[in-house]
Amino acid sequence: MSEMAQTWRREARGALVIARKNALLYYLKPPVLIFGVLFPVFFFLAFKMGRPIAAENIVPGMVAMALWFTASAIGPLVTPWERRARTYERLISSPVSLRAILAGDVVSGLVFGACLSVIPIVLGLTLTDAQVTSALLLVGGIVLGALSFASLGVLLAAPPASSPSNIMLLSNLVRLPFLFVSGIFLPIAQMPPWARWVSPISPLSYAGDLIRVGFGQRAYFPVWLSLLMLAAFTAALFWGACRFHARWRAKGL
Amino acid sequence: MSAVIEVRSLTRRFGDLIAVDHVQFEVSEGEVFGFLGPNGAGKTTTVRMLTGVLDPTEGTATIRGHDIRKESLGAREHLGIVPEQANVYLDLSVWRNVMLMAELHGVARARRVKEAERLLGLLGLGERKKQKARALSKGLRQRLMLCSALVSGPEILFLDEPTSGLDVQSARLIRQIVRDLNRDGLTVFLTTHNMAEAEEICDRVAIIHKGHIAAIDTPDQLRQILAANQYVEVTFEGRGPQDAELLGLPDMQRVARLGERLLLYTPHPGRTAVALAGLADRDGLQVRDLSTRKPSLEDVFLFLTQRDGQEATP
Repeated sequence: MSEMAQTWRREARGALVIARKNALLYYLKPPVLIFGVLFPVFFFLAFKMGRPIAAENIVPGMVAMALWFTASAIGPLVTPWERRARTYERLISSPVSLRAILAGDVVSGLVFGACLSVIPIVLGLTLTDAQVTSALLLVGGIVLGALSFASLGVLLAAPPASSPSNIMLLSNLVRLPFLFVSGIFLPIAQMPPWARWVSPISPLSYAGDLIRVGFGQRAYFPVWLSLLMLAAFTAALFWGACRFHARWRAKGL
Repeated sequence: MSAVIEVRSLTRRFGDLIAVDHVQFEVSEGEVFGFLGPNGAGKTTTVRMLTGVLDPTEGTATIRGHDIRKESLGAREHLGIVPEQANVYLDLSVWRNVMLMAELHGVARARRVKEAERLLGLLGLGERKKQKARALSKGLRQRLMLCSALVSGPEILFLDEPTSGLDVQSARLIRQIVRDLNRDGLTVFLTTHNMAEAEEICDRVAIIHKGHIAAIDTPDQLRQILAANQYVEVTFEGRGPQDAELLGLPDMQRVARLGERLLLYTPHPGRTAVALAGLADRDGLQVRDLSTRKPSLEDVFLFLTQRDGQEATP
């Protein structure tokens, strides 16, 4: 096996070990459940109650919103929590690169988000008239969306903070505004012009669009553009996460 | 013996503060190397740089020939680390804690299971492997850290204050295991405040002070720095001899009295003690207590770390 293949194999193994550790430790932590599961439920209820909207029409938005909150909830919890418990030092002094550690955090966000997004899909399919017309695009939207959202979460966890709640606060400051400009509650085409200008900078816009197509609804962006943009967001956010985490690590923070 | 750790001009600045200033030393294979220093001297910063937690500002070090700046992962593959604070994963079981470190080091499944079973048994944790680490006492958590550090079969073990604040049994067990492992060839880098511990198990000791290495040698050689401070301590029944008589003994430098006790400073305490016994015999004096005293490593440590700030202890 070439040296490069060995390196990648070692990095992948390290990332999976980290992802497994995160799953065992953090999936059931209260902040993850509150910000990842309860938040989208309450947003859904606030949006739906008293409004004459067909329930099947809001299923894709519900799935995208659940994915947004769940996949991006792991990163902002893991690093600050581990920095405070000083277990972070154990990880970075092990023979696993920082890149692999962060990839593990992304994978754990991806798995958490993808698994929990099944709940609104099942509820939507059983309780409403919603139907999946393109499973491939639905799965593609969920996987690529979860990857980019999890990478965003890991990036947001980079600044050193004395308490994990400070990072959760920061992550909500970023996640909440994006929620309102990404066509979740109102299709992008019906949003005011300024919001239509802003929506392309949100990965949630593209993931929501793909999920909408998966449920047989009309897309705002071309499918190829959504796929490309989600891949680009994942790469850019992960690159930024590696860079900022490395910067703080070098300072011993 | 070949050097497994070579530190070259290692420097770390935090803004204007130079925490570690062009530090140089080597640690030989199979050696127990003690790294001592007062709080804030730079020892933890040095260890954090060597173990990859912190980047050096200048200089570098190699671990088993791997440069910590250029081949950080290669360097870390050889290390087992037990930090001062037992930072175990509290919500993972004892077994999962050990497995996690083994998996991060890429230890094959069969080997890691076998090694973990052996080490947990050795460290008295065999029956607690299903317990959450949260349920362990401080001493047991430190044993778990040692177990996690050793499961990958490291060549170099970094121990940062491994027995600080532990119960006597845990501290003794950890020291014993470290000694046994060292006998089997493990190189140990020990950071400690416990001078007796350093004196007991270290082959060589470096004393770091204000970011600089103040001294580096075997404990015996370091004690030679204060050779002039060796003395014979004697107490007589009734009145003892006059100072003038005592100063006439061979190699005597000075006499000090502390209540009933006489301190006879001499570069050769054994020879002076024999001569003193002869004097007592000749003059019909009764010796109640007689002992020779050498400066301890702690005396040397205090001398080296206080001499530029305040009056030295000796």
